[in-house]
Amino acid sequence: MAEAVDYKVIGTSPIRPDGVDKVTGRAQYGADLNLPNMIYGRVLRSPHAHARIKRIDTSRAEAMKGVYSVVSGKDFPEAEHGEIGGEGGGDISDLAKNIMARDKVLYHGHPVAAVAARSQRVAEEALAAIEVEYEVLTPVLDLDTAMASDAPLVDENCYTKNLPEKPDKPSNIAAVMQLGRGDVDQGFEQADVIVEGEYRIPAAHQGYIEPHACIANTNESGQSTVWCCTQGHFEFRAMTAKVLNMNVADLKFVASEIGGGFGGKTVVYLEPVAVLLSRKAHRPVKMMMTREEVFRATGPASGTHIKVKVGARKDGTITAATAWMAYEAGAFAGAPMGPGAMSVFAPYDLENFKVEAFDVLVNKPKVAAYRAPGAPQSMHAMECALDELARKLGMDPIDLRLKNAADEGTQAPYGPKFPAIGLKACLNAAKNHPNYTKPLPEGAGRGIAVGFWFNVGMQSSAEVHINENGTVTVVEGNPDIGGSRASMCLMAAETLGVPYEQVRAIIGDTESTGFSNVTGGSRTTFATGMAVVRACEDIIAQCRARAAATWGVDEDQVLWEDGQATPAPGVNADVKPLSLADIAANAAKTGGPLLGRASLNAQGAGASFSVNIADVQVDRETGKVDVLGFTAIQDAGRAIHKAYVEGQMQGGAAQGLGWALNEEYIYDANGVMQNAGFLDYRIPVASDLPMIDCEIVEVPNPSHPYGVRGVGETPIVAPLAATANAVRDAVGIRIHDLPLSPPRIVAAIDAAGS
Amino acid sequence: MVRVVFPQHLLSVTGGEREVAVEADNFRELLEALEARFPGSREPLAKSAAAVDGQIYQDAFLEPLEPGSEVFFMQRIEGG
Repeated sequence: MAEAVDYKVIGTSPIRPDGVDKVTGRAQYGADLNLPNMIYGRVLRSPHAHARIKRIDTSRAEAMKGVYSVVSGKDFPEAEHGEIGGEGGGDISDLAKNIMARDKVLYHGHPVAAVAARSQRVAEEALAAIEVEYEVLTPVLDLDTAMASDAPLVDENCYTKNLPEKPDKPSNIAAVMQLGRGDVDQGFEQADVIVEGEYRIPAAHQGYIEPHACIANTNESGQSTVWCCTQGHFEFRAMTAKVLNMNVADLKFVASEIGGGFGGKTVVYLEPVAVLLSRKAHRPVKMMMTREEVFRATGPASGTHIKVKVGARKDGTITAATAWMAYEAGAFAGAPMGPGAMSVFAPYDLENFKVEAFDVLVNKPKVAAYRAPGAPQSMHAMECALDELARKLGMDPIDLRLKNAADEGTQAPYGPKFPAIGLKACLNAAKNHPNYTKPLPEGAGRGIAVGFWFNVGMQSSAEVHINENGTVTVVEGNPDIGGSRASMCLMAAETLGVPYEQVRAIIGDTESTGFSNVTGGSRTTFATGMAVVRACEDIIAQCRARAAATWGVDEDQVLWEDGQATPAPGVNADVKPLSLADIAANAAKTGGPLLGRASLNAQGAGASFSVNIADVQVDRETGKVDVLGFTAIQDAGRAIHKAYVEGQMQGGAAQGLGWALNEEYIYDANGVMQNAGFLDYRIPVASDLPMIDCEIVEVPNPSHPYGVRGVGETPIVAPLAATANAVRDAVGIRIHDLPLSPPRIVAAIDAAGS
Repeated sequence: MVRVVFPQHLLSVTGGEREVAVEADNFRELLEALEARFPGSREPLAKSAAAVDGQIYQDAFLEPLEPGSEVFFMQRIEGG
């Protein structure tokens, strides 16, 4: 890796290249594009959480004036089983059935038909004209019911996976997972203190401000162009091709600007429907979800039920820990119970532990990734349990964690030994932070918690074009959610040795740049950044060759220093250094335009740890929690753009605080969500939050040229427990379930007082 | 020899064996050796992530292995 010394632009915080367009309203988001002859698609959704479809009659809708096309499950190819591949894909058959129901509807809001019409009003009228006959079935709405042996089945063909043998009868438990090491019984016998807790967290939505939107334009030869808001247009293309049994070469996907995704825009919902409607209508079809549709029919994070037991000696050494965790998958298998199970004890060096995890079907929308999927829920349970353990032991909660903290060489609970990690550095930074020791107002409480996420690499491509005046264009394939264009420009500028202002980055569509996996998994600055650095190194190699040709020396006699080619020491050449602009200006004489490129499957994404400190004040009469202060400390490996790393930390903290304090899906007995709008599903707004203080710890990742670790997901992990622990400190009562909403807090205080 | 450890959910592939030692100079050879020992293991193992000497690889196909290397198969991690 590059030496950790004196970077010229890395670690600075220049203005983002896409910033002006975004703040002036010029940037084009998913719903902003309009095409000639465009019509509007709308989706008919199930009014039942669980029902068999007996009949769909679309004839009246098809006959309506202004209606151009109607589709339902029968218009889609037979959905075959198989892996989608990449992020968030899962099983093709499940994905296809989630997009459009076939024989059963599995949640309230499940699509059953769609129409395209000349206006949204006509489309709505056409939806009302579609007749659907249902046989209503009993919905399965919670984990306890779903896991009972006599539960109604969400899917009669679901047999629990990962058991030694295929079970003899179907179940709502789609899969199980176990991890373990040592002897937990013996470990608990060695413990002086044992704490146990049972924690429930309801589903919460990613809460991106921009609803899903797309336009599909299919021509008479069956080729389609799709403009959409997505975290990954290449994977959207792959999913759409598989769902519609199309050749990927017949699909072109163009990513718009994106108004938030957080994992929720890694799967397709509208795009295959729009392609099919457009194919039948011979016109471009625009589809936009309402906020209500986003809540009812796009993936939230799993609701969970988690039990944790931890034992320790008087000195704080953990002797054993167990976790039992059930995750709601929604209507189709694929809850993130695996990452949840692998992360629950990840920060700690444990000799004896056991984890059991369950992926459970319920009649609710299929869950989707949400920042560090699975980890916030499981680590909330463990970090709350550790808070209780510290209280019982009379230990400082940071000291307890330092006593057991994983470090380089520690065998992670999920198997391998950790390489260099920054957990202890984060814990020490928290302990030394003035916010940890500053006095609290009377009645206020303080809590801390640790966060962790694996981070991933995966495939990325990048090209670097040197323009004729020496300026630089970076072309990559990852939609820019969190400022990645600026980070790519910084890494390109640093590698080439040119000013940041000389570099521009663009996001190519699926036909104009190489494949890249989604912007997700905290991978873009790491993996795509690595591709950009490699592409710049390709440019440098070419520039050295061009300079050598210009000077009549060998390539190995040319160095690249500070953005220019210079003769190596001792080379007998009376020449002036050649800048990138000099070489570009003479490119025609030395071989033509300069184009660097790289594609890779990035490996070695470094795990990221965080520590959060939350200060809260609780109104004991109303149960309202005021967040007085919040401090986020995180190992970024190396912060490429300091302000955007802090932005990720602050954004994750804000979302985590919302999850901890207010956000939850509320269902009635029929499985109908009762709060499908931002008035009733309350995400934090600016006036709810204090300034979130950030401290970036830098323990470089040796696998990245500049030491980058992903930073996008870890920030949401610790706020849940940090806030819960602060509320515990303030009110003196452990409230195990989230959210810590006013009614729950008042009820807990009343119960404790009665 | 390379030390190879399997997670619980892959034990059905290995007939219950949690840990084996295998001769292999790279990951491709490791998969071949494991397929010879546990027929039918190649596909599920190739779809798994693997940690080689502490470093997690979504796909370790090209990675070299040293005598004494440790390989832990694990579920592929997704993210948001």
